[in-house]
Amino acid sequence: MMAPRKKELGAATRDAYGQALVEIGAADPRVVALDADLSKSTKSGPFAKKFPERFFNCGIAEANMVSAAAGLATCGKIPFVHSFASFLMCKAFDQIRMSIANPHLNVKLIGSHGGISLGEDGASQQSVEDFALACALPGVSVLAPSDAVSCRALVHLAARHVGPVYLRTGRPKAPVIYSESERFDWGVAKRIVPGRDVTIMANGLLVWEALMAAETCAKRGISVAVMDVHTLKPLDVSAIVAAASETAAIITAEEHLLSGGLGSRVAQVVGEHCPVPVLSVGIRDTYAESGSPEALFEKYGLTAQHIVSTVEAILKQKRTSSIA
Amino acid sequence: MIGTAESGHPGGSLSAADIIAVLYFSVLRHRPDDPWWSERDRFVLSKGHGAPVLYAALARSGYFPSAQLATLRKMGSPLQGHPEYGKLPGVEASTGSLGQGISLGAGMALAGRLDRKPYRVYVLIGDGEANEGQVWEAAAFSAHFKLDRLTVILDCNRQQLDGWTREILDIEPLVDKWEAFGWRVLDINGHDLEQILSALNATENSDGKPTLILARTTKGKGVSFMENNIEFHGMAPTAEQTAAALREL
Repeated sequence: MMAPRKKELGAATRDAYGQALVEIGAADPRVVALDADLSKSTKSGPFAKKFPERFFNCGIAEANMVSAAAGLATCGKIPFVHSFASFLMCKAFDQIRMSIANPHLNVKLIGSHGGISLGEDGASQQSVEDFALACALPGVSVLAPSDAVSCRALVHLAARHVGPVYLRTGRPKAPVIYSESERFDWGVAKRIVPGRDVTIMANGLLVWEALMAAETCAKRGISVAVMDVHTLKPLDVSAIVAAASETAAIITAEEHLLSGGLGSRVAQVVGEHCPVPVLSVGIRDTYAESGSPEALFEKYGLTAQHIVSTVEAILKQKRTSSIA
Repeated sequence: MIGTAESGHPGGSLSAADIIAVLYFSVLRHRPDDPWWSERDRFVLSKGHGAPVLYAALARSGYFPSAQLATLRKMGSPLQGHPEYGKLPGVEASTGSLGQGISLGAGMALAGRLDRKPYRVYVLIGDGEANEGQVWEAAAFSAHFKLDRLTVILDCNRQQLDGWTREILDIEPLVDKWEAFGWRVLDINGHDLEQILSALNATENSDGKPTLILARTTKGKGVSFMENNIEFHGMAPTAEQTAAALREL
């Protein structure tokens, strides 16, 4: 049995993002950044400080910011566009749709403070529907890093990818999952832990919860695989199908509404290619509220313990269906 | 074109026809045989429902054969009902969802400044379109960043789909509003070719301010039974009406 992981808080994904953007800006003069008066929070600030002539603070006017980024992209720039995930995706959705997605422009949309783990600011600032909105847009790639190392790597991959990308970062410090030397490939999910009975597919902060859940299950004699599906689009269909056929039970876990995010997308793939039971951990058709991230994860069903209960439920289903 | 397509927006195309003709044939520095020439002047038709007049100007300029104009709005044609980037050479943006064009043009003007390229950016918007909040976000943004290579032409035909602009959502006084946002405003007759030309040329000597040309126009201009007739905002003429209209134009 594997040695238990020790929880070590690393940088927040938004901080790792901010450093990565500076690296990308230094390597490529075509990179420009736009923010809607949140550069201290989204962490576009370090780029602004280093490359002031390539940074445009657009004020609290997200719609204009997104279309202006599209105009820059048609002239060969690579714009990185920043706001809170909720404001970027919800306020500027039509601008993303028609200014960026329809013409398939090379713009990177960075939504910080994703999910409910920003905590105390409450529901207006939290983002529970950003992945559903982003995944709905044809041709837009959608990324959900789980820790600082994966965030930095995915931001570099996003910069190299030619086409529109949405990437969500988070506010709180993120538990360390990967070592600095870990390599990531575009659109390739990562199986972090192997297992025989169930596969948990998670992204963002839920990857850590999934790992903790797998350890608890191991103590109970249940062998659980954990996969970091950091890219919602393009989805790693072959890895998902392989996991479905190997463990014959899939649990998804995400800091997002159950509709339109990882759970929906994985269920569709499994249903089409390798029908096995799929149960989803996520936020159930509600907005959250103010509170500490830990308290919110507890109340809205996003902890390792919730995942463990879901593993037990799916094993019961699996046994019932095999008897039938 | 619209008659053949049996759908489209003749009124707002005709109100903008004189402006677009002057722009394409006397003002824009562009190379129809090299549509992506990096120093070309950019034109964004923010009021995307005016697509037919843009397509006519592009064809006449030599971007594609005029025979293709008959495919407007047909399946498989690059002449989409509203312009789409990447489908037709000379189309600089996907428009039709109103309000986005000035922001797009502002981004193009910012890129030109970063690259020290001398091109200008022209954006045509409608007066009904100026209901959109994004128009005013872009107005503030362009003035703040001193985008004096950006010229917006406001095709003020005083009508929108549901009726007179004054009655739907009154947006006057437009001169005062744009000046208050920090723009240089030129108030002209949008069907007087000399006034259009001198206004577009006057934008060459700007002073840190973006320019708004407030072009007073007539919806359906040039076709007696379409002029100021709101029915022709979004309705194609019949075959007989098309023939009559073409005789008048």
